[in-house]
This record gives sequence, C-alpha cells and structure tokens, in this order.
Amino acid sequence: MTQSRYEMVVGLEVHVQLKTRTKAFCGCSADFGAPPNTNVCPVCLALPGALPVLNEHAVELAVRAAVGLGCRIDPVSIFARKNYFYPDLPKGYQISQFDQPLAVGGSVVVERSEKGTDLRIGITRLHMEEDAGKSIHDRYPGETAIDLNRAGVPLIEIVSEPDIRTSAGAGAYLRTLKQILQYLDVSDVSMEEGSLRVDANISVRPPGQGKLGTKTEVKNMNSFSAVEKALEAEFARQCELLDSGGNVEQQTLLWDGAKETVRPSRTKEGSHDYRYFPEPDLRPLVLDSKWVEHTRKDLPELPTAKKTRLATEYELSVVEVEQLTANPALAEYFEAAARASSDGKAAYNWVMGEVQVALRSSAEDIGHFRVRPADLAQLITLVRDGTISHTAAKRVFAQMAETGKPAAQIAADEGLVQVGDEGAIATWVDEVLDEHPEEAARYLAGEKKLQGVLVGFVMKKSKGRADPRRVNQLLSSRGG
Amino acid sequence: MSVNDYTRLGAAQIASSVRAGEASPADMIGASFKRAAEIGAGPDELNIFLHSDEKASIEEAEQMRPRIQNATDLGVLAGVPVAIKDNIASLGLPTTCGSKVLRGYVSPFEATAIARLRANGAIIVAKTNMDEFAMGSSTENSAFGPTRNPLDVRRVPGGSSGGSAAAVAAGITPIALGSETGGSVRQPAAFCGVVGVKPTYGRVSRYGLVAFASSLDQIGVLGRTVDDAALALETIAGFDAMDSTSSDADVPIYRLASLGKPAPEARNPDAQAMRIGRSPIPPPPLPGPTTLEGVVIGRPKEYFPESLDPDIRHRCDRALDRLRSMGATVRDISLPRSPLAIPVYYILAPAEASSNLARFDGVRYGLRVDPGKGLKAMYEATRSEGFGPEVTRRILLGTYVLSAGYYDAYYKKAQAVRTLIADDFRAVFASGVHAIFTPTTPTTAFPIGAISDPYEMYLNDIFTVTANLAGVPAMSVPIGRIRRLPVGGQIITAHFDEYAMFRVAYALEAGLGAEAHQ
Repeated sequence: MTQSRYEMVVGLEVHVQLKTRTKAFCGCSADFGAPPNTNVCPVCLALPGALPVLNEHAVELAVRAAVGLGCRIDPVSIFARKNYFYPDLPKGYQISQFDQPLAVGGSVVVERSEKGTDLRIGITRLHMEEDAGKSIHDRYPGETAIDLNRAGVPLIEIVSEPDIRTSAGAGAYLRTLKQILQYLDVSDVSMEEGSLRVDANISVRPPGQGKLGTKTEVKNMNSFSAVEKALEAEFARQCELLDSGGNVEQQTLLWDGAKETVRPSRTKEGSHDYRYFPEPDLRPLVLDSKWVEHTRKDLPELPTAKKTRLATEYELSVVEVEQLTANPALAEYFEAAARASSDGKAAYNWVMGEVQVALRSSAEDIGHFRVRPADLAQLITLVRDGTISHTAAKRVFAQMAETGKPAAQIAADEGLVQVGDEGAIATWVDEVLDEHPEEAARYLAGEKKLQGVLVGFVMKKSKGRADPRRVNQLLSSRGG
Repeated sequence: MSVNDYTRLGAAQIASSVRAGEASPADMIGASFKRAAEIGAGPDELNIFLHSDEKASIEEAEQMRPRIQNATDLGVLAGVPVAIKDNIASLGLPTTCGSKVLRGYVSPFEATAIARLRANGAIIVAKTNMDEFAMGSSTENSAFGPTRNPLDVRRVPGGSSGGSAAAVAAGITPIALGSETGGSVRQPAAFCGVVGVKPTYGRVSRYGLVAFASSLDQIGVLGRTVDDAALALETIAGFDAMDSTSSDADVPIYRLASLGKPAPEARNPDAQAMRIGRSPIPPPPLPGPTTLEGVVIGRPKEYFPESLDPDIRHRCDRALDRLRSMGATVRDISLPRSPLAIPVYYILAPAEASSNLARFDGVRYGLRVDPGKGLKAMYEATRSEGFGPEVTRRILLGTYVLSAGYYDAYYKKAQAVRTLIADDFRAVFASGVHAIFTPTTPTTAFPIGAISDPYEMYLNDIFTVTANLAGVPAMSVPIGRIRRLPVGGQIITAHFDEYAMFRVAYALEAGLGAEAHQ
C-alpha cells in the first residue's frame, strides 16, 4: 500500500441552510419543494432597482450556531459581494461575507467512544451568505432551465481547519456537526433537501511533514458516506500521482457517486477572481454584545453535555445515551417520560422499544407522536405498581398509539387491570386444575416444571388480568 | 390663478388651486402635455421624453375628480404633473435607463419615491431622457439620442438627469425627479437654470432607483423654484424599510411657508459605520426668512481656483454679496482634499457599477442576443450590444480596480481618501460654518458634441462630486446668466441638515430676485 506512506489532510466547508420562514434579503418563502419560480420577488429576481434587506431571524440563527460551535462573534461584520456570472445567480454576485465574517475560531469535539479519545476539529470561520438558484440541465433537451426559488435563501458556511486526517474522521466530524446544529435548532440539516452541503479540501503529505501539500477541492457529495468514499478515492488518486513522480494540480473535482470516482469539474474554479468588495446596499452588521451574551446563555443543552448528564441522572450506559441523543426530539421525549415516571431504565426500554417500532410502522415524527411522554409515564407507573402486567402494558400501548386515550382508561375498558384478589385467583386456579386433570395430577404429584404451563392457563383464562406472582404463590401452595 | 398661467405656476400653487376646486387635475395634466407639444419635447426636437402616455395620465387625473368632490384630501401635490428620470422604476411607463439593454422593460414594481409622490396627488407625465445608466454629464450618452437644452437647442442640458432638468426648464412640469451619483442633478440644474437638490445620502429611499454606484446614488429633485424643490423633497424623504441605507432621521419641513416653527433637531450620523443610534448635535442658530443674521457661509478656496472662468466667479461673488447683505458672514475656508475627488470617484463609482450592472445578462429580462454558441457567447453578445461605450468603459474600469492584485492599490486606497474628503466637510461644519457656497460647474452649458474626451467630460463634476463622496446634502440654485446661459451656485450643508440648506437657498433666491436669471 503506497497510501500508508502519506497522510491525508482534510478541511471541510459545510453550507447549512438556516431554518427561517423567509429568505435572507427579501420576504419570499424559503420553503423547499414549491413549484419552480413561485417563491420569487423583485429582490431575489434581481430586477432593476430592487434592494436587499437583511432578515433578522437569519442573523439570530447564525449567531446561535456560531456561539454553539464556540466561535468568537465579531461585534461588526461586513457583507461583501462575490462577483461571478452564472444564470442561476440573478444579481451577478452573491451576497456573502469575506474579510470580516460573523464569527471565527470555534471547534467541534468529535467523540470516539470506542477508543475513548476525543478529536478536536477547529472551526476557522463561520459566515452568512445567500444561496444561488438551481440550474436544471436535464429537464428540457438542449436547454437549461433556471429555478430561482432557492435564490436568496439564507446559509451559513462553516469552514473547518485542516485538522481531519482520515475519511472516517471526516464522517465523524460531519455527524457531530449535524447533531450540534440539530440541537441548536438552526437548520433542518438534510442533505437530501440540500439544507446541508459539503465541499472537501484535501491534500496529502508524508507523515511528520509540516508543510501542506497542494490541495484539491471535491464537490458534489450527497451523503456523509459519499464524502468518506470521495475522500478515499481522492486520497488514493493523489498518492498514486505523487508515487509516479507527478504533481497534484490545484483544481476542483466532482464526485461521481455511480462510478465512485472523482473527475475534474468543467468550470475552472481556481481561475476565478471574485472581485470581493463590501456590499454597499447593506450597512455593516453591528451586534450588541449583551444580545450575543443573551444568546449564549439561552443556548440549548448540546449533545455532549446532554449525554453526560443523562448517563449520570438516569444511570444509563454510554451506548444507551448515544441512542437516546441521536436527535434532540427523541432525547427530549425520553427525558420527559423518565422524569414523569421516575424510572429512566423503563423509559429507555419503552422509548427505544415500542415507541421506535410504532414510529417506524407509522412513519411518524416523534414530535407528532400520539403517545405523549406523560402518557407513557402513566403506563410505566401502572406496570410498576402492579395495576397491569407487562404483557397487558404492550397491548395498552398499542391502543394508546392508535387512539390517544390515557393508559388507565384503556386498561379499565379492556379489562386488563390485574386482579390481585385471592378469591378470584383461587377460582381461576381451581377451574384450570379441573379443566386439565392430567397436567394437574402430574403437577400435584411433584412434577414442578409443569407450574409454568399451569400459570399460562390461568393467565389465559383471566385474559391476562391475574397477577402472575399470586398465581405462582397459590399453585405452589397447592402443590406443596 | 388660471390654468392658462400653467408654465408660471409653482407646484404648491397648482396643488392649492386643485384642492380648492379652482382647476381640475386633468386641466393641469392637459396643460403640461400642451406645453410639451408646444416646445417640442418629443424625440425629433428636444428629445426630453423617453416615454409618456397622455391618455393614461389624463385618465389618472380624471380618477381624482370624485375624490375632490368628496372633499378627500388629495395631498400636497394634488394634480401636480411630474417628470421622472428613466432610471427610477415606475408602473405603467417603461424604465429603460436610457439603455438598449432595457429597451421596452416595464417594471412590475414602483420606486418608493414615486409611490410617495403619487400618494400625495402627483401625476407622472413622462419618463425623461438621461445618460445611459446615469453615466455622463451631458445626456449625450443616451442610447436614444441626446436631449437638447430648451434655453439653447444647440447645447446640452447637462446630465445625467438632463431630461428632467430640461422638462422643468421648459415649463412642462414644475418639479421632476432626477438621480445623483456625482452631480447628475445639480449640474443639469445649473445648465438649465433651475433648482436641483441632492439630499443627504440616506435621506431618500433608493428602492426602485436602478443602481449605478450604490454608496453614492441618491434620488434628487429638480424644481423651477426653491419652494418647488423643497416641497418635492419633503414629500419623498424619510425612512423606507425597503432600503437598508435609508435613514430613520426625522424629516423636517423645508418650506418657507412653515417658517416660525422651531428648527428641528439636526443629527450627525456616523457616516463611516452608518450604525444606528446617532449623537444629536445642536441645530445651527438659523434666523427667520428675511435675514441671514448670524449665519456663516464658507467659501472654500479649492472651488474658486485661479483658473475659474471670470464670469462664473463674478456671478458667485454677486451671490455672496447678496447673502452678506442679508446678514450672513462669509468666511474663507479650505476643503484641502477636494482636488482628489475626481480620481477617487472614478475608481469607486465604476467599481460598484461593474457589479451593479452584472444583472443585465440577457437571462431574465431586457435584451438578449444569442448567437447560439453557448452561454458565454450569449453574455458577451448581449452586453456588447446592450451597453454603450461609456457604460462599457466604466464596467471595464471597475472590473479592473476590483481585481485581485489591484484592489488594495485602487479601491481600498480610494475608500481611505473618500473618508478624508468627508472629514474635511465635518471639520468645516464643526468649526461653526453653517453652509458652504461654491459654483456648481466650471462652465455653462457646452455645445452638443463639443466634448469628446471622457476625462474632460469627467471634469464637469469637479465641484459637485465631493458632496456625493462625503454624503452631505447639496443643491444648485440659479445665480445669473452668462451670454444667456444659466449659471448655478452650489449650497452644501452638514449631513441631514437640508433644513439649513433650504433656508440659505430661499434667502439667496429672494436676495437675487430677477438677477438670478440675468
């Protein structure tokens, strides 16, 4: 393997669409999936005379993201024009930030629990910008169609330091970053819908060499695993190039997911001169330090902190908290149920068991799931205090998911409340012994292993209502 | 007052006779079009109008009739005909910026300034000719032919708002909207013998003004008298949520009719950061209308060079004498960095223009020339054919000064000098000067075709461009004539102090009387 003679050096540029109702500089809807060119106005169509007006909510979300990633927020940042011609860029320039970005200098700690070592990836900068429209080349033969619904949608670009050394590390960084942004509730972070996009800068060098090699930029990856594969492919290509005495050329490459290879982009990005200059249509963005501090204090609990706290508070394992914190809504659901029932373990079992099954089969979002955490907590309490059996609880849960009725009501309506009354249980036991004389005789003769079978008969007869502990006790006393 | 006196009526007089029911809006619009026909505003004669629709304008005026009968207040400009420079987006009439690239383009939205005029009862009679994309000082750069000066048809009306200045000078409308980037309202106002105002940057919303150089552009007004201009500016000024660079500073009343009311609070914006929250400075002690007692007028030596035309100097000295005789003190001052303004302007304005004009790419609207050889060829053919030579020259210049390796040497340095030029003005106003007086232009209107060297043309803006770079308000008022050609005098005041500017202008107009046109 020639590759082992080289080290991969990767920095990632992540574009994240902010979760705003309207676009960055006009009042058009920022929704995904509307018919082409319906979410447009004079501003985002760049009609003569139209002017941009900054969306304050976009600033709030960008600042929240920057603070959540540990960045230093600049009290004054400047919007700049990035000039280039392309049909899906209506103004002929993109409003972005250049030499005075919103924030600099944060980091993401990537946890690698199996090894127990944490990897810290530096964030060089985080800036605000607007998205371009979409060029559609395959809709009309020989023509390019333009959809400007996306033009002007607010983005943040998060640029990492070249701190990543493996393709798996890149994947881990992206998954962690995505999770943090989800917790911060600043974006839908969906690669499918284009609300999260990744470009990778990659170079290679012999391990121990300080100087960075010539980098290439790889684009067009549509999933995190595609990023990992593309990095491997480009790493291999650069290594082979160097080994055969060649040089890496600075260029932009496109990942071809079908062929699993990279190929040079048709446009020579490297030769672009974007002629950045301060956007004269927008005033410098001046942020009040008290407001930034307030944002910092108001920050939601981030994944790492949440995992640690859940593990101690509810006595859960690393793997268990990992599962529960996969997304913030799930963690929130769990915690509400755990708190209300005072039983973290049971809440974990239900949430990762029946709840997940129900959500999968109905393709529902946990935020809209009919069984609310308080309802689940009630069910957990009913099982714990012996009102219903665990078997019955599963049936109750199914009904809850279907009807939304409270657990206690379903248990009562369905006659699933356990009967602890000695007389009733004794009657069922007697009936079972009468109806199954052969098993009864053998059991009473000392064949203890038949007790389970007999308990089963009693449970069936009682339609699950008999408290199995009492049934066992009673049978033992008869047999004994 | 009768509609027969139309060409002598001020905007306020028209509005008051309409509001009083003495004349109908349709009469006034009819009179405006009659005057336009008389004087030959059409393309074969003075070429003032690029677009007009008499029928539609009369119809709009007729629609006001029931509202007058219902005694609805139609506003301070009720029934006043206005002309609009063709780079301000209007509903109904096209907005072409004097360019082939926008031939036939009709905006689906309206500029805030126009909406405010309409909301106060004004009626648009025409979109006026201009230098293409406001780049020029003579209106000769229009793709649709030059406008002729109504006072001497062999001469230019100035530019780039030449059509608007000519419309007012010809008596077609009492007021018109123009736009400024480096003197494009004041210079044609001076050449045509009318009043032209460039407000403080941020005073009037730019929403709907097709951008040339966004950090310098400002909609301005032209009027036959100071009062016409004051009324028009009052109407269109003020904060607009659609323009982030528009100011939320209060708009005082500028008109003489409102004298006696206390002077409004002047505000001193931090022009560099343009941040919200300005520290108020005390208003200058301005007396009543008939006297300029206690007013200090600055006479900057850089604007009265040795080489200044002696006749221009004479008209300026006469104007200063009149100001003195009304009680003003004239003080010699210096704005030492002003001589750097032309080179600074011709770096910054083209830089912004090269970016602002990128949207005219043939993709969404306007001209498209497609040789069928792919995207790049379409861009090149569209823009080569769509833009005239001056626009092309400035796009190339601007692209150059912004490109990697030259940005620091040109754009960045020019920005630094721009700050120094603004500092000069701040220092003068902080020293107790209330207003600065200068000639508006170094010459009177020149013959059509006389200036072919672009740099010589650029020097027309030498006295006006500093106010755009500094962002301060400035206006030109008629101060006399030289061989029947008008001369303009320029009044410049501190940021957002249009109030003081108008007070001096009213006084100067009254003090000069008939001399203003002699």
